[in-house]
Amino acid sequence: MEVSRHWRLQEQRYKLVGETCDNCGVKLFPPRDVCLECEAPAQELYTFTGLGEVFSYTTIYDAPAGFEHDAPYMVALVKLDEGPVITAQLTDMSEGDVEIGMPVEMVTRKLRTDGEEGMIVYGYKFRPALAAV
Amino acid sequence: MREVAILGVGQVPVREHWDRSVRHLAADAGRAALLDAGVAQVDGIYVGNMTGGRLNHQRQLGAVVADALGMWGVEAVKMEAACGSAGSAMRQGIIAIASGEMEAVLVIGVEKMTENGFPQTTAALTTAADADYEIEQGVTFVGLNALIMRRYMYEYGYERRDFAPFALNAHANGAKNPNAMFRQPISMETYDNGRIVSDPISLFDASPIGDGAAALLLVPAEKAPRAVRVLGSAVATDTLAVHDREDPLSLKASELSVQRAYAQAGVGPADIDLFELHDAFSVMAALSLEACGFAERGEGVRLAQEGAILPDGRIPICSMGGLKARGHPVGATGLYQIAEATLQLQGRAGAAQIDGVDIAMTQNIGGSGATIVTHILQK
Repeated sequence: MEVSRHWRLQEQRYKLVGETCDNCGVKLFPPRDVCLECEAPAQELYTFTGLGEVFSYTTIYDAPAGFEHDAPYMVALVKLDEGPVITAQLTDMSEGDVEIGMPVEMVTRKLRTDGEEGMIVYGYKFRPALAAV
Repeated sequence: MREVAILGVGQVPVREHWDRSVRHLAADAGRAALLDAGVAQVDGIYVGNMTGGRLNHQRQLGAVVADALGMWGVEAVKMEAACGSAGSAMRQGIIAIASGEMEAVLVIGVEKMTENGFPQTTAALTTAADADYEIEQGVTFVGLNALIMRRYMYEYGYERRDFAPFALNAHANGAKNPNAMFRQPISMETYDNGRIVSDPISLFDASPIGDGAAALLLVPAEKAPRAVRVLGSAVATDTLAVHDREDPLSLKASELSVQRAYAQAGVGPADIDLFELHDAFSVMAALSLEACGFAERGEGVRLAQEGAILPDGRIPICSMGGLKARGHPVGATGLYQIAEATLQLQGRAGAAQIDGVDIAMTQNIGGSGATIVTHILQK
């Protein structure tokens, strides 16, 4: 079930809340409390716009336990407009549509179901940016 | 600090060992190393293993292995760093001997991964990645490497087929190693027909899981003047997640660990005669060659295309099949690499023997590059 684990991540999963570095201003997602650039403390919250572009992508055919019923599905490294790169599934597009550099935007979707009676985990995925279509 | 030597080598062939449990595999390799060294007792045992707790319902492998070897009472503990577990166990064994704390150490890498369903095994392996921000998105280990490979192709202008020389070399060399899981050379046609696992990675750009165990017996070099010596030993770390790296195409932990090992050994890339690298995926082999100074950035694939990685090339890799053909029992792999490099240095590599190997290097990668272990050996 891991209820507290999913509850703890809700701000990140639903709203892309990361952090910004007090010292150099670098934006961080996921939040890690320490700046990747200058190693200073970075605990000020920052909500990302959810806009970015595809940095790399792949299609998963052999899925791990918990995701078997979704395969095949696309996963990408998405470079957010504010700088950080995150790992996320692509949605609302087919394999032929995606290419590196393509503008995408964050949407909230079902990530997986924790068994027949378990919880349904929601979180961010990325779809083609509507403004750019 | 004392210099450390490798006195004995033991390996179990990488297979689907339906008749052997994780403890039996580890004990088989351990006994073989003790026999090879002519040593009966040790002061400590370090076991490398990743998935035992999850896939074999067995943790506390230090005590398990000591028990299985009949060495009740001996100090024994398991080291875990995902696919870098066995290299990390080697590093601890070296520290124990070098510091003067122990006089004989057995290091064993073991992994038993073929009795579970594919989704369970894949999920267990994926725990090496970031639980909250990689795994929860449904990405697999192959998937993470596919993301790296696609970006590599994009930035440097390669096609998928350009990576084929890594698989062809590994399988040709694996055919000469009785302990390898796959012992047939493959053709370009076979490579081209490989099923796509996670685009652009096909079966032939990924290594197979397997059951296996490899072990080494370590002693102070002063007590074994003719044994293979450890010139350098270093572990370095990087961000756990690929997405957190400033440059996902650069293995920073590889650079750091190899620079430390080169400095300890007083050697550089030009002095290395054999490099047993971590070709869990072809793209990782390319990145490792680049990070260790054998190729410029983006030129690792070109180096393979030019034939430099072949047994008679400038920097032979995967001389006994590598992870691709010998197989990749994850927590054992780092010690298979060192066992193979040792056999090459001793002239005991049989049909896979490469002439003129005086200094050999191994590099064992945990996860997608978060823990990287480098060792440099000399005969």
